[in-house]
Amino acid sequence: MRNSNEIIDDIANREYEFGFTTDIEMEMAPVGLNEDTIRFISAKKEEPEWMLEWRLKGFQAFKKMQFPKWQHFEMPELDLQKLSYYAAPKKKKQLGSLDEVDPELLATFEKLGIPINEQKALAGVAVDVVFDSVSVATTFKAKLQELGIIFCSFGEAVRNHPDLVKKYLGTVVPHSDNIFAALNAAVFSDGSFVYIPKGVRCPMELSTYFRINAENTGQFERTLIIADDNSYVSYLEGCTAPRRDENQLHAAVVELVAMDHAEIKYSTVQNWYPGDKDGNGGIYNFVTKRGICKGKSSKISWTQVETGSAITWKYPSVILQGDDAEGEFYSVAVTRNRQIADTGTKIYHLGRNTRSRIISKGISAGFSDNTYRGLVQVGPRAANARNFTQCDSLLIGDRCGAHTFPYIESRNSTATVEHEATTSKIGEDQIFYLNQRGIETEKAVALIVNGYAQEVLNQLPMEFAVEARKLLSITLEGSVG
Amino acid sequence: MLTIKNLHAEVDGKKILKGINLEIRKGEMHAIMGPNGSGKSSLSSVLAGRENYTVTEGEVIFEGKNLLDLSPEDRAREGLFLAFQYPVEIPGVSNLHFLKTALNEIRTYHNLPPLESKEFLKLTKEKQQLVDFNANLMNRSLNEGFSGGEKKRNEVFQLAMLDPKLAILDETDSGLDIDALRIVAAGVNKLRNADKAFMVITHYQRLLEYIVPDFVHVLYNGQIVKTGTKELALELEEKGYDWLKEEVHQKESV
Repeated sequence: MRNSNEIIDDIANREYEFGFTTDIEMEMAPVGLNEDTIRFISAKKEEPEWMLEWRLKGFQAFKKMQFPKWQHFEMPELDLQKLSYYAAPKKKKQLGSLDEVDPELLATFEKLGIPINEQKALAGVAVDVVFDSVSVATTFKAKLQELGIIFCSFGEAVRNHPDLVKKYLGTVVPHSDNIFAALNAAVFSDGSFVYIPKGVRCPMELSTYFRINAENTGQFERTLIIADDNSYVSYLEGCTAPRRDENQLHAAVVELVAMDHAEIKYSTVQNWYPGDKDGNGGIYNFVTKRGICKGKSSKISWTQVETGSAITWKYPSVILQGDDAEGEFYSVAVTRNRQIADTGTKIYHLGRNTRSRIISKGISAGFSDNTYRGLVQVGPRAANARNFTQCDSLLIGDRCGAHTFPYIESRNSTATVEHEATTSKIGEDQIFYLNQRGIETEKAVALIVNGYAQEVLNQLPMEFAVEARKLLSITLEGSVG
Repeated sequence: MLTIKNLHAEVDGKKILKGINLEIRKGEMHAIMGPNGSGKSSLSSVLAGRENYTVTEGEVIFEGKNLLDLSPEDRAREGLFLAFQYPVEIPGVSNLHFLKTALNEIRTYHNLPPLESKEFLKLTKEKQQLVDFNANLMNRSLNEGFSGGEKKRNEVFQLAMLDPKLAILDETDSGLDIDALRIVAAGVNKLRNADKAFMVITHYQRLLEYIVPDFVHVLYNGQIVKTGTKELALELEEKGYDWLKEEVHQKESV
């Protein structure tokens, strides 16, 4: 019998390919959004009453809210009544390891090529796989358990660790934070839950792999990560979706909580289906990600490589509440064809001596639009707060757009806030130089873009960085010429 | 190795080359001299395949192949190397990573397997010492923050690494102080051999004291108006270009 390591190894070995669908019998909620839908989801997931109550609170908030209007793109028409809010592989049995997973599903993962570098000792990676709405398997659970680390699907956490979930759920992203967060609170399907106990340094990268498969579904996963005092965790998230003509909504919520001296590193490689070259289909990636550095000297670091989705709209943020806390945001966002990205970060300096660093690299090609939007806010108590922001835009061709909207609000005169921005084009001179050394144009562009994004890619764990590099090269194929 | 016949080229509709004829054989060192705007750098750009240059007439045969039919990268892979007058900077791409990519692209073209890291590093070390290139610059981003001299020396280092059949040095001496010039020239001299040919484009005779040419050609107004040996370079140094210009104009008016 093959162990899960070998299987993941295998999965990781395969080519990246995402435009397929998997024929698995699905259990779907009736189309439409109302209280019955929410009760249906909650019942399917055999949730306790308090969880249902919380969902309904989210739904009440949602009903009162409007779509925002400040974004730098035309808001697509979203008919939330036409979606199905729950889709799960029909399988009731509790799954212990990847071996027990439906072979069809495994074949899907093989095609996906979970972004892990196979040459690395895979003993170091634990994967939680979220397929449509249900977390199908969490590997390495036992090993983590020995250290007291909890890494499981959100549903399991609700059942097995209700006190932790109740204590932290919605404390960083409240159920009424914004319309998509409220929607997620009402209908969230599954996601991952991580708790790192005091003094524990998680010995492996924790990884979740998301996949939207079913038609007419939205994916609303929810991730909650808590790093208790003096702990450390690095968490990876990768995503793909099949090619479909219609748009699909992905409205996830991620909450991070770092206590005293704790550190959370959260890395995303997002490769949702971007739609075709004319802008038909693709994922709307409207996600709320926020972390709070609650404890003193705590640290939260977001790294994102965004290459997919028709529209990427998110601002992974950090609230620096504890004194001496540190927040980081490293981002590469690539748009091509008709893709749109309106992304950036928000950093709230509340504690003294808090520091933050923002490095954003936008790359636009084709007819795409790439926006950096960022807020750095320094509160009155945040003496000696420091921020450094650098946002660079790289243009490929002359029909794409790059925009930068930095907002700085400082209410403490001892704070230092720096902002640097550059816009550049891939020069014909650079390409010709590389051509003259025997490197063809496509490879030359990949080399230049990878170099440009180097500072951010360096932040990714090694195995993820390799994948991200490949992804950047593949994404930009055919963008020049 | 290289035969240029009646080569005419223009850029933005402006005629730049007006019938160049030149024959370069293996092992030879050719110097191309000429006043500003005579078409020296344009000749190197046309040979390397820069996009905005249009060849309107003539042909160029390189090692039996019609050079003008090849893409810039295939010209490079066939063994044509251009040391740029103004090497570009590519931030974030390490010098070594770039060279490894280039070398392996060329090897793949010739159906050779890519070099193993170990062999590559061995080769790197050997060539770096040969042309006296600063080892600290090898892991830095390609030309980023390099001084003018360091950039030029990096061109010679790349030339050593990629080992082309024909190397065109486009004003490699410009912007170099005398020490750097000597080092660059020494590097080039070490790379000279019976199979390799060089075309050295320069304004000044100074470089040719260190790199001794077999032939000196004077380019003026898009044509080679005079060919000689290294003595011609000395004569130009002494008398300037005006007497040549006059000679040309007299011929034209006859």
